[in-house]
Amino acid sequence: MTITEDAPAGHVGSRRLRKEDPALLTGEAKFIDDLALPGAIWVGVVRSTEAHANIVGIDGSAALEIDGVNEVLSGEDLAPLWGEGALPCAWPVTPDMKNPAHLPVARGTAKYVGDAVAVVLADSRYAAADGAAAVVVDYEPLPAVVEIEDAVADGAPLVHADLDSNECYTWGLWGDNAPAIDAAFAEAAHVVSERYLQQRLIPAPMEPRGCAAVPSPAGGELTLYSATQIPHILKVMTAVVLGIPENKLRVVAPSVGGGFGCKLNVYAEEILCSALAMQRGAPVRWTEGRAEAAVSTIQGRGQVQHIELAADADGKVTAVRVKLLADMGAYLQLVTPGVPLLGGFLYHGCYDIPNYMFECTSVFTNRTPTDAYRGAGRPEATYAVERAMDSLAVSVGVSPEEIRARNFIGADAFPYESAAGLVFDSGDYQTVLDKAVALADVDGRRAEAAQRRASGSSKRIGVGFSSYVEMCGLAPSRVLASLDYGAGGWEAATVRISPTCKVQVVTGSTPHGQGHETCWSMIVADQLGVDPDDVEVLHSDTAVSPTGLDTYGSRSLAVGGTAVYMATEKVIDKARAIAAHQLEASEDDLEFSGGVFRVRGTPEAEVPLAGIAFAAFTAHDLPDGMEPNLEAHVTYDPPNFTFPNGTHIAVVEVDTDTGDVDLIDYVAVDDCGVQINPLVVEGQVHGGILQGAAQALYEDAVYNSDGQLVSANLGDYLVPSAAEAPRFRLDSHATPSPTNPMGVKGVGEAGTIAAAPAVINAVVDALRDLGVTDVDMPASPQTVWRAIADAQGGAS
Amino acid sequence: MIPAAFDYEVAESADHAISLLGEHGDDAKLLAGGHSLIPMMRYRLATPSVLVDVGRLDDLRYIRTGNGSVSIGALTRHSELEHSAALAEACPMLASVAALVGDPAVRHRGTLGGTIAHADPASDLPAAVLALGGTIVAQGPGGSREIAATDFFTGYFESVLADDEMITEVRVPAGSGGWNYQKFNRRAQDWAIVGVAVAGGGSGVSLVNMGSTPIRASGVEAALAGGASAADAAAVAADGLEPPDDLNADAEYRSHLARVLTERALNAAGVA
Repeated sequence: MTITEDAPAGHVGSRRLRKEDPALLTGEAKFIDDLALPGAIWVGVVRSTEAHANIVGIDGSAALEIDGVNEVLSGEDLAPLWGEGALPCAWPVTPDMKNPAHLPVARGTAKYVGDAVAVVLADSRYAAADGAAAVVVDYEPLPAVVEIEDAVADGAPLVHADLDSNECYTWGLWGDNAPAIDAAFAEAAHVVSERYLQQRLIPAPMEPRGCAAVPSPAGGELTLYSATQIPHILKVMTAVVLGIPENKLRVVAPSVGGGFGCKLNVYAEEILCSALAMQRGAPVRWTEGRAEAAVSTIQGRGQVQHIELAADADGKVTAVRVKLLADMGAYLQLVTPGVPLLGGFLYHGCYDIPNYMFECTSVFTNRTPTDAYRGAGRPEATYAVERAMDSLAVSVGVSPEEIRARNFIGADAFPYESAAGLVFDSGDYQTVLDKAVALADVDGRRAEAAQRRASGSSKRIGVGFSSYVEMCGLAPSRVLASLDYGAGGWEAATVRISPTCKVQVVTGSTPHGQGHETCWSMIVADQLGVDPDDVEVLHSDTAVSPTGLDTYGSRSLAVGGTAVYMATEKVIDKARAIAAHQLEASEDDLEFSGGVFRVRGTPEAEVPLAGIAFAAFTAHDLPDGMEPNLEAHVTYDPPNFTFPNGTHIAVVEVDTDTGDVDLIDYVAVDDCGVQINPLVVEGQVHGGILQGAAQALYEDAVYNSDGQLVSANLGDYLVPSAAEAPRFRLDSHATPSPTNPMGVKGVGEAGTIAAAPAVINAVVDALRDLGVTDVDMPASPQTVWRAIADAQGGAS
Repeated sequence: MIPAAFDYEVAESADHAISLLGEHGDDAKLLAGGHSLIPMMRYRLATPSVLVDVGRLDDLRYIRTGNGSVSIGALTRHSELEHSAALAEACPMLASVAALVGDPAVRHRGTLGGTIAHADPASDLPAAVLALGGTIVAQGPGGSREIAATDFFTGYFESVLADDEMITEVRVPAGSGGWNYQKFNRRAQDWAIVGVAVAGGGSGVSLVNMGSTPIRASGVEAALAGGASAADAAAVAADGLEPPDDLNADAEYRSHLARVLTERALNAAGVA
């Protein structure tokens, strides 16, 4: 059952414009830096310029001479604010995982460029910046560990001197299957063995971070405003780290300008401002600068991947074996160690592979901590398996679409239990791929490519595939328990109907650009038979929405939206009881549609929801024992993940003279289940694809051997703009998820998960006859030109 | 991303600007469109203590044609070059190159005088003026002087302009001849990784981001003058140069690009 079937003429499924946009487009929306807080103390953070160094001395005298700079405080000075309390990591993935104490401001040793080593307190943001720039820190440099593989080399310097190695943990997934895997490789007709690099990425949301802690000294309460994706989690964590009673703490996320996962965290500045505000009895605030964000906000990806496929003579894959090295950075942030695990179940992609082995060793380096970045583990997994499947296709001598067809999980195999232990909900991967092949005119493109090759053109055409499946709808709480995650995966919603029949939806999901207000309104409007503009959606403030687990992992609709749907159903049930009472009919004889309860077979016997709402408010004549008002609360714990999937096809033109790659066409056919608002879905897919293509072609957090971030500004760190976006051509093929009543799956990360391997497979396809078999990301012109030159040199 | 503190003066005229420069010495910088200077100040790579704003000197915003030459006021915005019908007629190359600078926001603020005074070897318009054989008019306390573009640029962000001089006008010969501009970059709004400007059917060839200044490719010009083919002339485009190494390109790749792009530019300019 889906909503679209129940109410085909409803709002769900329509391309409704977003109700969020007028305030955002006119500047009416208030972001963290727009908050007016008279008398606030501004924090400027002095950040380490060394990747690894002892802090010998901190001289604030020059800073203190600047007008408006009042104090310079070192990590030692600040230590009493948090004692041994460290920034939290909520995901101890193994019992022996190393988690070095991570203080908001370092004491003794700086461990990465950007590590906070002192703070300046000032009267204004400008004075704080001037003051931070004037603090002189005396460093005694120590050897730095920069690259992932260097961290595990013999004799590597230690990031944390009190640990005996740079290894954080090793986590594996193969159970007692090792002999079967060895046998599969021994018997294989084809073996593919590949090594891929996942470069580090800087999340770069349009709004950097910021926070403001505002105390109420008389009552002892603290309100923490933050540009965060997770006000609810931040509240619990701040209370625990600083010992503030939860009932004295409120967290508010104002309008938030994107996050892509980097605002799914508890950061030093949030703890610092909160602690100082409580100590000083005054508002304390900090706004991140763009250049500061490059080193002080978490980065994404950072893996070395080894993947092996064993296949029979027909190219049917019999085993996949994966070993990862993952870069944690210098410290563990909120879910840093868990990110590789989120991909760890998906290295078989959308293929029916009976034998599965995954092992990840994570290491510390002297670089900014990594953490969740759009897709978190799943783009990495998809990249490895989709690149390796293309290599297998070459080995077997079949096309990329044929190798996929031979290995797809069949449409009749759902629910499908994977060798990694997941149960996939629904899908029809072959139909999705067939649609994409037709839409991209793959045959026509290949003919064009052959013609270019034959004519000796320097402009080569390449066609690249990426078939993906991801796990979304994070997450069943018991599954999270089995993965040693420190919280559950439910979501909460409250739905109330006011006396005048307006609707208030309180959601625990926290929007930062997705369109929750629009989509929740459409769902509820269809259920209740009201206009979406009569639905108000409240969120992002723990005083208004006290219960929730926030927004990440494409979970909002599948978990939070389902909670909203179920709470609305509960309200309708109560309204039905009141209607039956008023109409003197049995509840079973009532039907509800278009906002009116009717007695079946007695058309004149009807009562509108508005009448019920007012009756519930006055409470003059309710059924015996019934509480007044129409209101219901639901906390929904999903029974399973959802599994969005799709096939993306990238078409590139590669200039072999310069190495320049032009993304000339991009086709995406996605199955995100039932779509609430296709306009919002397309926006997510467009942005996601460009973000994935950005990893493939543009973005790279480049560190030099000293551990300095070289691509530290948006001139050198190449976030693509609309001008670089390809022509997006989208289609969908929905197989409704049986996991939730609306049949939805989630779409926030799909484009990013799919795009990078599609683009790189296309580049390699364009150059394969020149001898190129791999191109590292990002496939910059220089990298591509050199790959061609190396392949040609090797051939001659 | 917050600049260091500075004082701000509004110039009422070119004379006023020059007297303010004289007053504040080398602590002062002229502010025109600001799209190079202000980012450098926000990164604290530049920390002038005084900004002298010449952006309101509308008498220096003009495009005049006649007598075989085009005279452009120093405060003329890139977008005005881009959309000027007179310039499209008299010097289509300059109008075309202006349309490739940065993004629309940059082109609506940035000025021709500003980009030449900034002397960034990676900028488009200085190289175009160089290839066109342009002349820079600079005014100082003692009056105006004319400087050939070939003599103007002396090093990274350095020129022969004195601390108390400002550019008031840029002149280029009318008629671009056979011309082309090749700009190679990764994102539309970026500086060129390498650029090649060809004017006058190959009599003027210049290179962007191949050294510490915009560079006149005299070897290419000489080869063409000696009867070489475009391909043969392009082969010497990077000879003797020391191009920079950066994240986008090392010196070897830059030299390769210079040769490829020079041949493309010459061919597009009608040089076989």
